[in-house]
Amino acid sequence: MSYFTPGNLEIANEIISRYPVAKSALIQLLHLAQEQEGWVTDDAMRQIAELTDTTPAEVKGTGSFYEMFKFHPVGKYMVNVCTNLSCQLLGGEELLAHAEKTLGVKAGGTTADGMFTIEDVECIAACTEAPCLQINYRYRLRVSGDDFDDLIDDIRNGRAGDIPEHGTLGRVRQHIPAAAMAGVLPPEQAKERPVWLARNDEPAPAGTAEGEEE
Amino acid sequence: MSRYVPHAPGYVDNGGPKIVTSRFEHDDSFTLDRYEATDGYRGLRRALDRTPAQVHDEVREATVLGRGGAGFPAGVKWGFMPPGKFPYYLVVNGDESEPGTYKDRLLMERDPHQLIEGCLITCYALGLAQCFLYVRGEMALAQERLARALNDAYAKGYVGKNILGTDFSVDITLTWGAGAYIVGEETALIESLEGNRGMPRLKPPYFPAAIGLYGQPTIVNNVETLANLPFVALNGSASYTAIGTPTSPGTRMIAVSGHVKRPGVYEIINGSTTFRDIIYGDEFSQGIRDDNDLKAFVPGGGSAPWFVEDQLDIPFEGKEAGAAGSMLGSGAIMVMDSTTDIPHAAYTLTKFYAHESCGKCTPCREGGTWLMRMLERVVAGHGTDADLDQMREIGQTICPGDMPHASSKRLGLEAVPFPYKMTTICFVGPSAWAPLHSALTLFPEEFEAIVTKVPKRVSIPVTALSGADV
Repeated sequence: MSYFTPGNLEIANEIISRYPVAKSALIQLLHLAQEQEGWVTDDAMRQIAELTDTTPAEVKGTGSFYEMFKFHPVGKYMVNVCTNLSCQLLGGEELLAHAEKTLGVKAGGTTADGMFTIEDVECIAACTEAPCLQINYRYRLRVSGDDFDDLIDDIRNGRAGDIPEHGTLGRVRQHIPAAAMAGVLPPEQAKERPVWLARNDEPAPAGTAEGEEE
Repeated sequence: MSRYVPHAPGYVDNGGPKIVTSRFEHDDSFTLDRYEATDGYRGLRRALDRTPAQVHDEVREATVLGRGGAGFPAGVKWGFMPPGKFPYYLVVNGDESEPGTYKDRLLMERDPHQLIEGCLITCYALGLAQCFLYVRGEMALAQERLARALNDAYAKGYVGKNILGTDFSVDITLTWGAGAYIVGEETALIESLEGNRGMPRLKPPYFPAAIGLYGQPTIVNNVETLANLPFVALNGSASYTAIGTPTSPGTRMIAVSGHVKRPGVYEIINGSTTFRDIIYGDEFSQGIRDDNDLKAFVPGGGSAPWFVEDQLDIPFEGKEAGAAGSMLGSGAIMVMDSTTDIPHAAYTLTKFYAHESCGKCTPCREGGTWLMRMLERVVAGHGTDADLDQMREIGQTICPGDMPHASSKRLGLEAVPFPYKMTTICFVGPSAWAPLHSALTLFPEEFEAIVTKVPKRVSIPVTALSGADV
């Protein structure tokens, strides 16, 4: 039985078709699984292994290296407060302490209602707007304690429309129409010299000489 | 003249020459319509009118220095690929996660087509089979903007089969990272793209240009590096080298954060703008908050040894920063004023690198963690002066020999130039030590003030047992 929904299975196969080797799609499929259920289940990893010609152990082995993948249920909203240097200098640690107090859980914990998980994270690349945080990877900048409480209030009352539930990253997907694709081949089948490099063999017209482009 | 641009939070237009941020003023800068209306894809068209070798020469002549950290010229890096060993690949490093750094995120969010055009020019010049655009996992908006831009560019024939009706064809595959700092290291990035844990490969033999993705020659370039190429292809290398200095042409994106009056991401003239301009200049960060004194600043991302006020007049130029004991790295300047608790600041960075160690090399995995734990004890007030000696000893295990640091008139210290020696495969190990080493070297009194002095422990030599009746 398929773990992925029919729609997601189609997306999974399209993703795989964009890589020369199926295993390269492994991390992308873990994202897709996390999008489907909010975390990565054992069933998801079994199917990803089938799709990428690997074993479930390899999928877990790769996936567990990356901090965004969760192998247990987490809150619908992942609150990631930055405490790296730029934020720390301007109150990141105080913001984290405030968040922990407001939500009543320590970093790494999930609220009893399953709504929020707090994480103490490293630099999220908004250093000039410190202290900053992400909720499900959407930025909130120069966040004060009051701002934080308002944000939580907005989410609890359905007023934070730009923030999807945990698991959803980019909501626009790459899609390449088959006719527009240059063609993705496994490396062992792509040993031909690209045709346009023949332009380097001037003055001979394109396509008449074989050689090296340097 | 300089202004904060509200739809690109963080970016400040400082009124200087613009190569990569020229469209940031438009609130629809990320759309194909805006891109085409502002010279977009004209660099690609001009490249396609010339031979691939001519385009490569143009980039080599422009001396576009890599903007990811190492600062190696892109055109020279490109020349390292062994001839004829097809297929060749392009991997775009958009896994920006060096503490203090964000320029690639803005370039991806605000001008995705410029990056795509840079990728296409590279693929054309080098005969690359495919391009993988690896975007940091946490950057959801950049992922969305790039996906939309790629879909639009495919629809208009800029990417894919027979680009603009020519014999040039290449696919660009958008890939999301998943939260691992180390994947910003080029060989770890390749491992990640192959579906593995992001652990760096040993160099040699795994120089990506020789043995990269799937064992094939692979160019790994930073987002900002590639974003410079449409300008070079359209205007020629002479227009590019007319800005900046001979050793550091063009412009550079930098992020100034911490205790300054106006933190921001700025596009500065490369090579000649000094740290004093950047931190105190009216067009830039306008000085230290509350007019406090400057205590220290990180000149090039969390990995870089620290500078103090003695280094303010050094220009933003790789060799000069190196001679002064640090590096420009990823262009992240983090400013600490007189109120900063230096041991705590060092702890924050050491903790980061200990946390982000991939675990492959023992000096980094164990050493970084030891440094973090000992420093945690010191910062909490439970450390002894023996801890400080022990930390230096661990540092020597990671970086044997003289460790680079800045000069200090206050302490009568001479600079030790960059780079360091290292016992690890990649720079993450040394990065766990570099900030702490700077803090210990430039502000020893702050550590001495919080540790307890203990008498030196005397080890009992093994020979003490000789003659024992056993």
